[in-house]
Amino acid sequence: MKEKLNARIIIIYILVIVLGLVCLLPLWNIVAISLSGSAAVAGNKVGLIPVDLTFGAYEKIMSDGQFWRSFGISVLRVAITLALNLVLIVLMAYPLAKSKRVFRGRTLYMNLMIFAMLFNGGMIPTYLVVKQLGLLNTIWALILPGAVPIFSVILVMNFFRGIPKALEEAAIIDGATPLQVLFQVFIPISLPSLATVSLFSIVGTWNDFMGGLIYITKAKDYPLMTYIQALNVNIADAIKNNASAEQIANLAQLSDKNLNAAKIMVAIIPLLLIYPMLQKYFVTGMVVGSVKE
Amino acid sequence: MAIDKDIQAVPSQPVKKKEKSSRERKNQLMFHLMMIPGILFLIVFTYVPMAGIVMAFQNYIPAKGLMGSAWVGFTHFQRLFSLPDIGLLFRNTIIIALGKIIIGTILSIVFAILLNEIRVMFLKKSVQTIVYLPHFLSWVVLSAVVMNMFNLDGSITQILSSIGLKDLNFLGSNKLFQPLLIGTDVWKEFGYSSVVYLAAITSIDPGLYEAASIDGASWFKKVWHVTLPGMMTIILLLAIMNLPNILNAGFDQVYNLYSPMVYESGDILDTYVYRVGLIGRQYSFGTAVGLFKALIGAVLMIGANEIAGHYTDRKMF
Repeated sequence: MKEKLNARIIIIYILVIVLGLVCLLPLWNIVAISLSGSAAVAGNKVGLIPVDLTFGAYEKIMSDGQFWRSFGISVLRVAITLALNLVLIVLMAYPLAKSKRVFRGRTLYMNLMIFAMLFNGGMIPTYLVVKQLGLLNTIWALILPGAVPIFSVILVMNFFRGIPKALEEAAIIDGATPLQVLFQVFIPISLPSLATVSLFSIVGTWNDFMGGLIYITKAKDYPLMTYIQALNVNIADAIKNNASAEQIANLAQLSDKNLNAAKIMVAIIPLLLIYPMLQKYFVTGMVVGSVKE
Repeated sequence: MAIDKDIQAVPSQPVKKKEKSSRERKNQLMFHLMMIPGILFLIVFTYVPMAGIVMAFQNYIPAKGLMGSAWVGFTHFQRLFSLPDIGLLFRNTIIIALGKIIIGTILSIVFAILLNEIRVMFLKKSVQTIVYLPHFLSWVVLSAVVMNMFNLDGSITQILSSIGLKDLNFLGSNKLFQPLLIGTDVWKEFGYSSVVYLAAITSIDPGLYEAASIDGASWFKKVWHVTLPGMMTIILLLAIMNLPNILNAGFDQVYNLYSPMVYESGDILDTYVYRVGLIGRQYSFGTAVGLFKALIGAVLMIGANEIAGHYTDRKMF
């Protein structure tokens, strides 16, 4: 009996560890490639330990103007998006958290939001609107279409609704206006939920490549993920798949495997830095998110 | 709660009432002002494009605008249905999306059950930290990781080759591309998706397990008769909520991994709209395809919401 029990536990531990390794090793391989010499990488000799350990690829990145330009555009984009998102989220979540008796018109606004969450004009009409507004090839094309993250507004609204009424009424008796109540009472006690929506915003914005692909036509103005996306071409496959000589030559310039691996690592470092926070707040966010409106 | 009631119980004086109603009016105005900036953004970037959907019924020419372009009725939809590829597009989209949902759900549940058995906290936390990570990374980054593994000279291709499965061209073969998409998406998401299931397991009454033990139930029996029934509500709820996603096969992933060689198995509705509609500048036709997809998606969404409300009394909206 006991032996059988142990065998089961051992199998479970092994399975869990294997699943963990399955997630880790492909990423680790990229780390090893980024730290290896080009010859070893080209010869497919790099497994999990760097061969001919070198920081050459990272040094090359240091002097790569385009990489840092795109990196900077992404940082700026995340910063502005985050600020805009947060302001709009709290401004909208506060009145929406009121009952429709207290805030007449709530139902209309709520319906507008939910309708906009379920439907949208689609890729092409949205592109044409952005174009009409003259926003193509500006950073605002990457920011403004996503200014109101509706899911986050609803999440914060639900959090606001859980705040005891007495706190707000005490402030109102002291003569506070709605804005004062929002900024002096609600926001200070809502920091966990605001952290959650901030992280949604940061991760979503940092990882988005589609915006750059559609709205930015000059490669020099690409945000980082769109820049990286343009590197994701593999020369070996292109050759075997009968690409033209010209295409291959173009790819050869771009395809420097260990340099690309290093670029990928640098591109995910900002996310790794906030990862402990992500783990903490995304898990709560996921649980809160499943709460009914 | 008591304080709440006390405040409400104070009888309002006539004078105070007047004061209160003027304050309420001011508050109303304030509430509307707070909503306006966000609503304006929604109008410009969501509702105006929705109006642009009419171009699906026109031969839209950018220079002429929506007002000047000629109306063509359902021509684009007729073209859509007479398209030889349309069946293929739908089939690819649904197979890829369903594969991801079904296999992903099963693996997440199994992983949550296994993880729940781990008693060494350090190991449990480490594994969680690792398996949640891919969820937070962009497909731009992960497609590079996937290509690195599954290229013709990728590590996994080589390992498979050494055990006799030679010349597997995952990224270039119409037989292997769909399994690759499904497998790598499951790989990316199973860890993070297991969070909800793990929470469901920990909320099961331990008394049920004790009772099962007393009855002499084996571990598998306990999983089958206690753990899984205990998770059933959340499994059903998430399955229903996933229903509208069967037309969302994942633009980001497909776009970053596919190539003309695998259009036959990998081209989905979203990539088609992007490639033919936006890049090919067939704005009206692309919008018609997008609109058709959105309509089906909306029906599924509303249906899923009703089913969820009916069976679990939890609605999405």
